[in-house]
Amino acid sequence: MAVADMGSKKFDYAPAPESRAIVDIRPSYGLFIGGQWVDPTDGHAFKTISPSSEEVLAEVSEAGPGDVDRAVKAARKAYDTVWSKLPARERGKYLFRIARILQERARELAVLESLDNGKPIRESRDVDVPLVAAWFFHYAGWADKLDHAGFGTSPKPLGVAGQVIPWNFPLLMLAWKIAPALACGNTVVLKPAETTPLTALLFAEICQQADLPPGVVNIVTGAGDTGRALVEHPGIDKVAFTGSTEVGKMIARSTAGTGKKVTLELGGKAANIVFDDAPVDQAVEGIVNGIFFNQGHVCCAGSRLLVQESAFDEVLESLKRRLSTLRLGDPLDKNTDIGAINSLEQLTRIRELSEVGESEGAARWTVACELPDKGFWFPPTVFTGVSQAHRIAREEIFGPVLSVLTFRTPQEAVEKANNTPYGLSAGVWTDKGSRILWMADKLRAGVVWANTFNRFDPTSPFGGYKESGYGREGGRHGLEAYLDV
Amino acid sequence: MSDRIDVRKTYKLYVGGKFPRSESGRSYEVTDRKGHFLANAAMGSRKDARDAVVAARSAFPGWSTATAYNRGQVLYRVAELLEGRRSQFVDEVAAGEGLTTRKAEAAVDEAIDRWVWYAGWSDKIAQVHGSTNPVAGPYFDFSVPEPTGVVAVVAPQDSSLLGLVSVLAPVVVTGNVAVVLASEERPLPAVTLSEVLATSDVPGGVVNVLTGRTTEVAPWLASHMDVNAIDLAGAPADAVTELQVAAADNLKRVVRPEATDWARTPGPQRMLAFLETKTVWHPIGV
Repeated sequence: MAVADMGSKKFDYAPAPESRAIVDIRPSYGLFIGGQWVDPTDGHAFKTISPSSEEVLAEVSEAGPGDVDRAVKAARKAYDTVWSKLPARERGKYLFRIARILQERARELAVLESLDNGKPIRESRDVDVPLVAAWFFHYAGWADKLDHAGFGTSPKPLGVAGQVIPWNFPLLMLAWKIAPALACGNTVVLKPAETTPLTALLFAEICQQADLPPGVVNIVTGAGDTGRALVEHPGIDKVAFTGSTEVGKMIARSTAGTGKKVTLELGGKAANIVFDDAPVDQAVEGIVNGIFFNQGHVCCAGSRLLVQESAFDEVLESLKRRLSTLRLGDPLDKNTDIGAINSLEQLTRIRELSEVGESEGAARWTVACELPDKGFWFPPTVFTGVSQAHRIAREEIFGPVLSVLTFRTPQEAVEKANNTPYGLSAGVWTDKGSRILWMADKLRAGVVWANTFNRFDPTSPFGGYKESGYGREGGRHGLEAYLDV
Repeated sequence: MSDRIDVRKTYKLYVGGKFPRSESGRSYEVTDRKGHFLANAAMGSRKDARDAVVAARSAFPGWSTATAYNRGQVLYRVAELLEGRRSQFVDEVAAGEGLTTRKAEAAVDEAIDRWVWYAGWSDKIAQVHGSTNPVAGPYFDFSVPEPTGVVAVVAPQDSSLLGLVSVLAPVVVTGNVAVVLASEERPLPAVTLSEVLATSDVPGGVVNVLTGRTTEVAPWLASHMDVNAIDLAGAPADAVTELQVAAADNLKRVVRPEATDWARTPGPQRMLAFLETKTVWHPIGV
């Protein structure tokens, strides 16, 4: 092998699978209501599979409206009789306990997340689970400091929060929802996504280990109908939703006139803007991380790459070379970079939109890699020659598909970046600090990453402009969503 | 009734993560409120104080640049270990302060919870007390709190654990390092606390604990040119002015003593007293 080829040649590694023996998946799960596992009364059961093998992992309950009602009542009772009466610092101590158990059971949670979701173990182990514990740790400390958070003296909780979360970061989204809600003194009913319920159910067990009072956290599994029953239940005071813009709009409509406080974290079509003075290798790493992290199942993914024309050739060449070294396959293998697409439904949507991309005239380039026989897979794909009118430049694909556009001036970059109904995030790559701040001023997005991408921290507020939703999660700002202010 | 003779503890100084005796070779008797002998505590000297400042200074770069999240985790673990030593603290506080067991328990519990309260501030203080500043020009301008450096702490004389925790935790949570002069007559909980710190993840030198005569050691700390701030919570009333004058030599930040009910949840003042504010300007433009 010539030295010049080294960069594009993939080294062969022996398989290095993480053992799944650490997780103990039960054959079937009930609902977690009032601190206990109960069978659904008017619901059914469904199966959750591993998207990398299509193997059935467990049978899970689908909560009907009556079950949701029971869960809301349990949450209300816990709020009225226990949680709202508990001194704030004692509330905080429960959250610290949960944070510690999450750390203690980190490997188990990471393996289970990768099994149920399809994401590489490297990500669930090094990103998702550590952030989950950090989120609880951070908000644990807020519980008895709400007076200092800038919302007036003694801000009050809302009551019962109904929370519906997506499948892309199942446990992390649970943490983003439950930690601040509990810290502020609310009780919750949470519905995990249909395709990824297992870590939420393990979290229920963690609540039991922490001796969290029954009913403070209730987990109801199910699909869209369960979520709707929860969101529309008259007994909740707050709706927190992370998911698609389409469903977010439905929630905004259905909660209209109810007085429920609503926060929505929805879709995105983030521009990742690369200027010609950016260090190319660093930018390429950021581009790859921006769109291929978590198979592109990221609402803030940098799915539109805007490259300054003068740097186009160099960036694209380097990007393709880098993509050729990515390893796609078994999510539990520690060397895997790209895991499985979460569901057949999502795979179908990615395929359809990619075909539309081609038929509308963009040039498709796909990494040559073998896809496993079973499971749902989509190789990293890059479209060039994309115009702003193309659907792949406008619609959220939520997969490992990057659309590349070009620009000449910073003004043009801003116009193109903002030319979207979304406004969740953006990336800027340049050596010039003043330009970063100028761009950050002009970009209509809730998070702007400069010379980095997809960074998350419990202290850092996250959320969207425009049709990417409203409300912020994280840090001091994240408290507002769960306080009567 | 067992005939076993119990093994008694030697109460030593805590400097740079180690437990030396005073270099002076001196000690003094610590008694309970009724005058019964409890232990011989090390009688720290000027040299011990200077050693402690050197140890603290060398721990400052690491501790102050640790992430706030990491400091929060490390300090929370201290609370976990305090809980494990609860009964020992209760005994020492009851004997030293002359409290009933029930009152001593309440003081120890409050001290543990106070420690947790401060641990939680580590990644919040900047968000609550930092700012972005809307200057009238094309500049991004922000202010962040930063630790001031080595802080000398003259611990409260009366409240030997709760008072101590209430003045020590706010110093170190924000990234400062501390040299603590324990309550002169009730130093035992401070020494036991140092044993907790030694077995926690708090790096050696971040907290240094001296025992001895307040009027002998405090002036050396107040005048030390490598100490950046001093909390005079436990300074004798007739020495306060003199200590402030000494502290003026290098413009130490000084917290003056005032009557304090240590059982009350504090505000952020004791953290803010030992924080600098750094303001950064950066131009905005294409």
